[in-house]
Amino acid sequence: ILHSQISTIEKQATTATGCPLLIRCKNFQLLQLIIPQERDCHDVYLSLVRLARPVKYEELYCFSFNPKLDKEEREQGWMLIDLGEEYKRMGLPNNYWQLSDVNRDYRVCDSYPADLYVPRSATAHIIVGSSKFRSRRRFPALSYYYRENHASICRSSQPLSGFSARCLEDEQMLQAIRKANPGSDFIYVVDTRPKLNAMANRAAGKGYENEDNYSNIKFQFIGIENIHVMRNMCELKSPSMSDFLWGLENSGWLRHIKAILDAGIFIAKAVSEEGASVLVHCSDGWDRTAQVCSVASLLLDPHYRTLKGFMVLIEKDWISFGHKFNHRYGNLDGDPKEISPVIDQFIECVWQLMEQFPCAFEFNERFLIHIQNHIYSCQFGNFLCNSQKERQELKIQERTHSSWAHLWKNRAEYLNPLFRADHSQTRGALRLPTAPCSFTHKYVVLWALAQFWSGMYNRFEKGLQPRQSVTDYLMAVKEESQQLEEELAALGERLEKIQKVQLNRTEVKSNKQSEPRKHSGFSASDSSTANTPQDYTGNVKSFPSRSPSQGDEDSALILTQDNLKSSDPDLSANSDQESGVEDLSCRSPSGGERAPSEDSSKDRDSDEAVFLTA
Amino acid sequence: MEFAELIKTPRVDNVVLHRPFYPAVEGTLCLTGHHLILSSRQDNTEELWLLHSNIDAIDKRFVGPLGTIIIKCKDFRIIQLDIPGMEECLNIASSIEALSTLDSITLMYPFFYRPMFDVIEDGWHSFLPEQEFELYSSATSEWRLSYVNKEFAVCPSYPPIVIVPRAIEDEALRKVAAFRHGGRFPVLSYYHKKNGMVIMRSGQPLTGTNGRRCKEDEKLINATLRAGKRGYIIDTRPLNVAQQARAKGGGFEQEAHYPQWRRIHKSIERYHILQESLVKLVEACNDQTHNMDRWLSKLEASNWLTHIKEILTTACLVAQCLDREGASILIHGTEGTDSTLQVTSLAQIILEPRSRTIRGFEALIEREWLQAGHPFQQRCAQSAYCNSRQKWESPVFLLFLDCVWQILRQFPCSFEFNENFLIMLFEHAYASQFGTFLGNNESERCKLKLQQKTMSLWSWVNRPSELSKFTNPLFEANNLVIWPSVAPQSLQLWEGIFLRWNRSSRYLDEAYEEMVNIIEYNRALQAKVNILRRQLAELETEDGMQQSP
Repeated sequence: ILHSQISTIEKQATTATGCPLLIRCKNFQLLQLIIPQERDCHDVYLSLVRLARPVKYEELYCFSFNPKLDKEEREQGWMLIDLGEEYKRMGLPNNYWQLSDVNRDYRVCDSYPADLYVPRSATAHIIVGSSKFRSRRRFPALSYYYRENHASICRSSQPLSGFSARCLEDEQMLQAIRKANPGSDFIYVVDTRPKLNAMANRAAGKGYENEDNYSNIKFQFIGIENIHVMRNMCELKSPSMSDFLWGLENSGWLRHIKAILDAGIFIAKAVSEEGASVLVHCSDGWDRTAQVCSVASLLLDPHYRTLKGFMVLIEKDWISFGHKFNHRYGNLDGDPKEISPVIDQFIECVWQLMEQFPCAFEFNERFLIHIQNHIYSCQFGNFLCNSQKERQELKIQERTHSSWAHLWKNRAEYLNPLFRADHSQTRGALRLPTAPCSFTHKYVVLWALAQFWSGMYNRFEKGLQPRQSVTDYLMAVKEESQQLEEELAALGERLEKIQKVQLNRTEVKSNKQSEPRKHSGFSASDSSTANTPQDYTGNVKSFPSRSPSQGDEDSALILTQDNLKSSDPDLSANSDQESGVEDLSCRSPSGGERAPSEDSSKDRDSDEAVFLTA
Repeated sequence: MEFAELIKTPRVDNVVLHRPFYPAVEGTLCLTGHHLILSSRQDNTEELWLLHSNIDAIDKRFVGPLGTIIIKCKDFRIIQLDIPGMEECLNIASSIEALSTLDSITLMYPFFYRPMFDVIEDGWHSFLPEQEFELYSSATSEWRLSYVNKEFAVCPSYPPIVIVPRAIEDEALRKVAAFRHGGRFPVLSYYHKKNGMVIMRSGQPLTGTNGRRCKEDEKLINATLRAGKRGYIIDTRPLNVAQQARAKGGGFEQEAHYPQWRRIHKSIERYHILQESLVKLVEACNDQTHNMDRWLSKLEASNWLTHIKEILTTACLVAQCLDREGASILIHGTEGTDSTLQVTSLAQIILEPRSRTIRGFEALIEREWLQAGHPFQQRCAQSAYCNSRQKWESPVFLLFLDCVWQILRQFPCSFEFNENFLIMLFEHAYASQFGTFLGNNESERCKLKLQQKTMSLWSWVNRPSELSKFTNPLFEANNLVIWPSVAPQSLQLWEGIFLRWNRSSRYLDEAYEEMVNIIEYNRALQAKVNILRRQLAELETEDGMQQSP
């Protein structure tokens, strides 16, 4: 266990067997160590308390983590996800939007990235003016541009409007965003806070946009409440059904998830159906705004539903726009009030969408779980610090590795077998926003939400998981299909070859039968070349050598089934009810078991080559 | 024909049908003796065929001359018919009401249904007790078939043939029957080939307040124990309920008289408590207000998942005692026709790979539910919408199917059948054109001459064209015992049943299709590879032969 994963440590009353130490982890793992000597236990406790709360970034694991990659590979890893490329993919810059250098060296806003897209008509003067009127100077900037109708999603923080203040530049800024979308004569301004919270903020000189001051905006509150956590309920020991449902409900977690999804759906529909641009903000514009923007982008653009696209999405909406990873996930010792599972909620939203649209996502549940794990583990540098500026100062890219490269390398593990690039659920805009039949019926979302994501929250209690994974099964089947395809091609080729040779030979034979009378002298040499014994012996030889390998593959395939069965003793050896887990694990070896058979098929290919050249 | 009297208006034009997720359809409504039919006049594209016996409750509403009938079905579907004309509407409503609550079983549709398909195999003879017994008799000689109940005289709710310990004579069985509730003496439910241990089931012993005992009963169940071994008696009622039962002549096995047996009490609910749970659950599922919190608290208040958890836990306990501890088990509640059967049949799903195949599951339903005398006619008389609330109405069988679904969800590759198979069984238990689920026990079915007069559900299901719909593409025979998780996190609401009509399943269906495609593609490839391999092998031998001379 990485120290950074430890959430709390608790020393419990000494018992006869020793001194128990209860460790709760940020990835929902819960474990108890029993240390015989109380003094040892206390020492361990003290050092863990210290180690779990590093004070400096340099103490984190990622600065010492070395996966044996050379410098070049590491740099390539960091280059895997390139936001510049991403904006190009969106179709930027264009006539309406341009790359602004106003935030170079983080002069205007220290929590924003250096490279930002803003409307062409927004001059540096307007941007700087607007930034002064926004909380933490987070002025409106582009998050997503919807190529098909020029509508866009922009994000910012709340305006410092108080009860009556206004700012000409900020009004011009919103005007510029509206003008950047010729298809619509208004923009939505979405405040993701409940109205009450926003009004309360006015007393502190902050607040929300007044529709009278801004021309052509439609203002909308979407009440996503502040964040309270459900961690406690994951720890309930063998709860009764009603305890469980009651706890689930009282945590308010699902209500929260639904609010985020609703907001995302609202924005996605505004953009795709009404063709209107949307400006999203909450208070500071780095938590709820990030959640909502990324859900909306995910709904709008199939690219974000691919493995790479999803990494890009997190890089763009979370990492670059200054989501405070360090504060929210407690990487360094800090204010516990700042800690909140904001990105966990986003990840769960994605999972809920995956449940609804099983064919729409290129990645599977495991991908999400591993990303969540990396966010807390500090094994990689991506999710460190609170802003791009801090990361640059720490020279993260030079001193640590990128988790994206790591995930990308293992991408085979994260694929969704049901995903097909040409499937109706994946093509175009997922049909979600364009034909949102499933989402106009909001309760469809609602029902799915009642399903508790035990894959995530109970992932260390394997007994609670479905014992056989359909995903793994289908992946294995797909892999096998691929091998079969290869084998089919190889067999076909060989068959053709043999038939040709036979054809030749019968021709030769018939020739031979007629020829000997005429050129009896030739016949011997003729037949020797025609029959090409080397060729045949080569052929004959290659058969025995090949057929075992073929046999091997058969047995490998059978073996996998044997494997399935052979886990029986394992299973019955276990005496608790959870032994069914064995079943799951026997699936993955069966997937692995196929690797050698793949090799053998490759061997055969090379055999084949020998045969052909011979 | 009596139906004609009940049908006041057989036909109404311009009726509009409303269903969730479908556009409204206008067409002609026809009432027949057993069906409500709506057909749109355009090429018969949109048709609704609804069995009257599937109708659980109807509501009427009038707005001016336009009448609206809301039909609530036993499969939880709700449809709405707009009928022009008040008189027509009233006539239709009263006809539906009368036709959906026919008293006489012999007027039910199965007695009139003439199949349009060729019967390949008569389902009435697919699962004969003698054949089922043969599966055991190869492994053990300790059991025998008894014909003591041939005329249904010893136990009216048992089938004519039962399996009992070889050492016990029919005469003793008669005495034991007098000591057990409803004459349900202990019989074999399941024989575990791995270790020779068994599950038996029975009714409660009639000990009464004065602690009556029956030597034959003790001898019978002791006959199943190996020397020095102990067995378990699982009473599906909590201890206090079992104690109260003594006042009414029932009771439980006293330790003093059954020293080799350990008694465990579980608390599986029965009767109206389950029915109320179902009513609340379906109400919650149909709630159209989009409030997250109320949905969860309603789900919790229905207690449905709590019942599921309790039943599954008990079944797992039984399986564990049998498989891990190597102990024989006797299960009973009060009558031994409800919770007892849930437990015995689920334990077999967990333990016995055969019961996870389509045919094996059908045999299980036949053996542990139909022949064992689960009173389907009474239990499935009404569903979640009806206000009658009779004591004997209870979704016992639906709970069992739900439990099977929970296990299926946890072991998606271990079952030969899919979710649709379970849904189909649920539908036919409540309303069907087949005679299989009519009557309350074998004795009643015999009197009704169902075998001669109606078609068996299995005759229809076991045809290849139907089977393909119910086959799980992921199935790979799994000879293991499968241990499901019963933690609350692992149990889910069965959407396929309870949200079936309230959700659009388009994307899920597409995913299922995709899954089938992947697997079928794999099989096709495999077949092709095999053909080529064979061809190649043939050519090679030919080659060799040509070469050798």
